[in-house]
Amino acid sequence: MADPHTQGHDHHDHDHGDDQPHAPVEEKGGGEYALMAEAMRQLLVEKGVITADEFREQIERMDSRSPALGARMVARAWVDPAYKARLLKDGSAAAEELLDITVAPLRLIVVENKPKLHNMIVCTLCSCYPRNVLGLPPDWYKSRPYRSRAVSEPRAVLAEFGTVLPDDVEVRVHDSTADMRYLVLPMRPAGTEGWSEEKLAAIVTRDTMIGVTEPRADA
Amino acid sequence: MPKRPHHDMGGLPAGKVEKAEHDYAAWEKRVDAMMVLLSDKKRRLMNTDMLRRGIESLPPDAYDRMGYYERWMHSIATMMQERGVVTKAELDARMAKLRAAGET
Repeated sequence: MADPHTQGHDHHDHDHGDDQPHAPVEEKGGGEYALMAEAMRQLLVEKGVITADEFREQIERMDSRSPALGARMVARAWVDPAYKARLLKDGSAAAEELLDITVAPLRLIVVENKPKLHNMIVCTLCSCYPRNVLGLPPDWYKSRPYRSRAVSEPRAVLAEFGTVLPDDVEVRVHDSTADMRYLVLPMRPAGTEGWSEEKLAAIVTRDTMIGVTEPRADA
Repeated sequence: MPKRPHHDMGGLPAGKVEKAEHDYAAWEKRVDAMMVLLSDKKRRLMNTDMLRRGIESLPPDAYDRMGYYERWMHSIATMMQERGVVTKAELDARMAKLRAAGET
């Protein structure tokens, strides 16, 4: 959950659901805890534990992390077999190499989708998520239905995201931990032959890297 | 079989996934930043295991009722009091002051 320090990047790609209303599921009762957060922030600053600048810089770093980072890794892997091999061997090192961020000591494990294998990620116990390369998780990822059902009826959950897989495609669900985060390497869709890396990265959405949807050439 | 703790929900029946999203509020980012900074090499006052201990020891009804960063804030406040970084009195007094000033 607590990510190590990462370098700033200027990717502001707030990939919010296309047509989903903003449900304030996380903001309920925010009043009292928002007050507590500000009170604690002030006390920590006054006691010299954390400086106001450190707070500001950390929030900037957080804002700079978005699914655009993960998308660059996926697009590079699609066009560069040597990078793909490094990505699958050691996701943390491959992320650091391409994105100029710090991921270690966190282990980022990249799992590859294949014609007969589909991967998806969850954290049943809390909300572990590859924040360094995807930013903060969507609310549904942290919700009881997703955490509960992703491991027992993944195909039903996938169908709720519009992803219907043939029966002969194996579904593998990866349950994340505090020290091990997963990222799905989706399959490059047909119809993207000859595309630039940048154009490819644009169709790699957050949800395709969580593994609940698949990238589409017409996205 | 021993009863599962409340947060250990993998595989249990549950409803449809509500594909809710929201822009993280400033206070939520503040809590997140606080957690990251308190856990870094410079401070080492928090870590993920402490955060989870504070969250997972919430009573089940509170766990369900509270929002995600509310649980984090609850845990951070509990741990900082345990470690003597702040006292409950200090935190209460500052919250009262902010409330009186109408700030959040």
